[in-house]
Amino acid sequence: MNLGQFILMRHELLLTLAAVAILIAEVATSEKNKARVIPFALGLFALVTIIGFIPGQEGTLFGGSYQSSQLTMFMKNILNMAVLIIFLQAEGWLRKEENLDKISEYFILTISTLIGMNFMISAGDFLIFYIGLETATIPIAGLAAFDKYKSQSAEAGIKLILSSALSSGVLLFGLSLLYGATGSIYFVDIATKIQPNALIALGFIFFVSGMGFKISLVPFHFWTADVYEGAPINVTSYLSVVSKGAAAFIFTIILFTVFKNIVDMWQPLIYTLAVFTMTLANLFALRQNNIKRFLAFSSIAQAGFILLGVLGVGELGMTSVVYFVLVYVFTNLGAFGVVAAIHNASGVETISGYNGLYKTNPKLSLLMTLALFSLAGIPPVAGFFGKFFLFTAAAGSGYYILVLIAVLNATISLYYYLKVVKAMFIDQNDQPIPTFRSSNAMRIALVMCVAGVFIIGFASGIFEYIRNISQLFLN
Amino acid sequence: MNILTLLVVIPVLTIIAILFTKDLKGARMASAVGMGIQLITTAVLLFMYLGARKTGDMHEMLFTADYTWFKSLNIHYFIGVDGIAVAMLCLTSIVVFAGIFASWEMEYLSREFFISLILLATGVYGFFISLDLFTMFLFYEVAVIPMYLLIGIWGSGPKESSAMKLTLMLMGGSALLMVGIFGIYYNSAPDGGPLTFNILEIAKIQMPVEAQRFFFPFTFVGFGILGALFPFHTWSPDGHASAPTAVSMLHAGVLMKLGGYGCFRVAMFLMPQAAQEMAWIFIILTTISVVYGAFGAIWQKDLKFINAYSSVSHCGLVIFALLMMNQTAMDGAILQMISHGLMTALFFALIGMIYGRTHTRNVTEMGGLMKVIPFLAVVYMIAGFASLGLPGLSGFVAEMTVFVGAFQHTDMFHRVVTVIVASSIVITAVYILRVVGMMLLGPIKDKHHEHLEDAKWFEKLSTVTLVLAVAAIGIAPLWLSDIILSSLKPIVDKLAMVIPF
Repeated sequence: MNLGQFILMRHELLLTLAAVAILIAEVATSEKNKARVIPFALGLFALVTIIGFIPGQEGTLFGGSYQSSQLTMFMKNILNMAVLIIFLQAEGWLRKEENLDKISEYFILTISTLIGMNFMISAGDFLIFYIGLETATIPIAGLAAFDKYKSQSAEAGIKLILSSALSSGVLLFGLSLLYGATGSIYFVDIATKIQPNALIALGFIFFVSGMGFKISLVPFHFWTADVYEGAPINVTSYLSVVSKGAAAFIFTIILFTVFKNIVDMWQPLIYTLAVFTMTLANLFALRQNNIKRFLAFSSIAQAGFILLGVLGVGELGMTSVVYFVLVYVFTNLGAFGVVAAIHNASGVETISGYNGLYKTNPKLSLLMTLALFSLAGIPPVAGFFGKFFLFTAAAGSGYYILVLIAVLNATISLYYYLKVVKAMFIDQNDQPIPTFRSSNAMRIALVMCVAGVFIIGFASGIFEYIRNISQLFLN
Repeated sequence: MNILTLLVVIPVLTIIAILFTKDLKGARMASAVGMGIQLITTAVLLFMYLGARKTGDMHEMLFTADYTWFKSLNIHYFIGVDGIAVAMLCLTSIVVFAGIFASWEMEYLSREFFISLILLATGVYGFFISLDLFTMFLFYEVAVIPMYLLIGIWGSGPKESSAMKLTLMLMGGSALLMVGIFGIYYNSAPDGGPLTFNILEIAKIQMPVEAQRFFFPFTFVGFGILGALFPFHTWSPDGHASAPTAVSMLHAGVLMKLGGYGCFRVAMFLMPQAAQEMAWIFIILTTISVVYGAFGAIWQKDLKFINAYSSVSHCGLVIFALLMMNQTAMDGAILQMISHGLMTALFFALIGMIYGRTHTRNVTEMGGLMKVIPFLAVVYMIAGFASLGLPGLSGFVAEMTVFVGAFQHTDMFHRVVTVIVASSIVITAVYILRVVGMMLLGPIKDKHHEHLEDAKWFEKLSTVTLVLAVAAIGIAPLWLSDIILSSLKPIVDKLAMVIPF
């Protein structure tokens, strides 16, 4: 094995270098000029994102423990883009007085978790997978407790670390059962030796429960709303988009590769989870007034929709999941961007506080409406295409009733998305949020989201590309 | 560029133009110009279509264009029109044009209003030209969603709840529809080969009967909800009563026709066996729609509610006629769609104008308006006569054709329902004449109504456009009927291939 092969890990290596560089920059800047780290980190990360798009080779490392393919690289690029947008959105917030002494922590912790997720995506055995998982999880708890003087934020950190530890334990137990049943931790070996027997079933259920925590599927979702509400907005958006998106990728990869021979066994389980996740999350979302809790439940419901793609086993299922997450990144970050901008300017976090927003901040209101319509799956924005293909995948496996339940749920979700639209456009308010101008970085991030929401749907080339690389990956 | 694509591009360009305007004057001018061009384009399309048919072009669809969109799923942007679609496009253009002038003095957030209105129209145009189920569904949803904002922001009365009710019920309908579309897609190649969303391709094959039985109700009810099929009509009275004038016009006049159009173009055309088998269920439902809607209109005092219930009745008649599945009745159904579209738009326009003067829509509070606003009153009477089916106006032609077609069935069931449905004409006469008598004739009830101003130029333009169209169909129905009949042939043939139950 020669060192040149390490280029296969370039995403992880670049991120590690970036984290180290930011650490050095932090040390090198004087106490007064700490804010200068921000543009440096933004520029650096933008560079890392762009380099990630250079086509790379496929291959495996460490005897199959690490694998790199077109699909995994594309997934990592999606995550990179999402994190770049989040960093841009966080700029104004980091410049605030109380955050000046911990700017670099935000970047380094975020990048660390991202490295963990990249390793999970590229994992070829359950050891790397588990290490990646832990690397991805533990720094997030630190991020959630970023506003450590606020009790809610500290509470969010504790809640996250406790539930993560529990879920990791459950997951690890499941993995040990799988190891016991098949005698291997390598994906390839397990895939060939796996049999639909009771031990495997038990191991699989524990595995799904552990992953369920990460993707926040009902009934493993209880931490989500509290943590989303307590954590700073730019961490919440990370949790809701990047963390969830990565978990969905990995879940799909493992189900489609490792467990592909016992499809008949896991489909009913996923079916049930999908129904409960969509329905319950929607019902809870109906009655939220805090916009972060609202988006938390909405994102749980979206996770339920992702499971429909998972049920459409095979190429189309994989394509629809990856495509949906790509759409979801731009859509949800658009919504979170508006929430963050408003919070930075006025501190408002409730839906009723948004009353009359259109009169004072028409552009932000329109952007929010666009993002919410995309989340609800209304054409012509990208969310419609994302949902349509997920449902196509599920219908392809014959789950028409599930599709009906899902589309009806999408209709319910439209109700609460429209409630926010109603607040911004229709409801009157004596003291609406005053007109403000958000920072340039925020504006760039929001423009990226709008462009994504419009382009991804109509540009069928993106969908076809994902389909091609999914095909390569699965065969 | 294909003339049909132009029909989608012009509204989009109009929207962009409105974005650059500053106030009401600019916005309404941009909309009027844009929709005027659209009207002319539609007229050109009509003449091109007639010309092509005259030269013997007997393809099922004309002016087709086909672009592959999502290759791996075989989704195309595939457009084309037959006579029915052309007729519906003409209807849309006329109603939208009249709608713009009916909202000439929309002061509040005028730019946003016109943008939403034209966005809605874009969806409608796209729907009628699409021959690919995916594109069709996409445009269908584009047409539905601006309604929420249009009613919620610019409406009156309990506008928020009406808007929410309307949007959610219609989206619920599209949920059913989506399942139906997936069902059609995955059964579009029973003998192997690539799956397709292409309506013409699917019509060539025969979907497995089992699949038809399962998916027909989804598709039919999905479209039926938008066509105010009983018992899913409840969004219509509330929605129409709360909506601003132009939106009521467009919604009752055009959008509800999407439902009827989809019912036969997708549900019945692609799943004829199931349609034959299940027709009786929906015939009973539409019979209830027709009679119940007409009776509902009698009891209402609010002008908009009267007209909304009347729409339920008339749109019920459309689906009723479609389900009769013979050429005459289906021809009548389409004539009824166009006739009802024009006159209900006219009604809503007039109601908006009268309300703008009297500040009430309650029939019992008005009287003798003929003396003060003769122009509007006369036009209202014309609309009323068209609605109750007076010969010489469009309503008569449409209803006559429907009943003649329906009576061609010789069995007891069809005869009985036809007689019941035909009785609705009498009930219609009751509520129309009652309103005319109370509101327009007799002494003036309210002193404030003695000095009202009659129609302004833009109001005259709006109403006269519609009156001309109504009269044109009434006086010379044959040219329209011919266009429709020749295009109905493939659909009727497909339905006739299966043995009636």
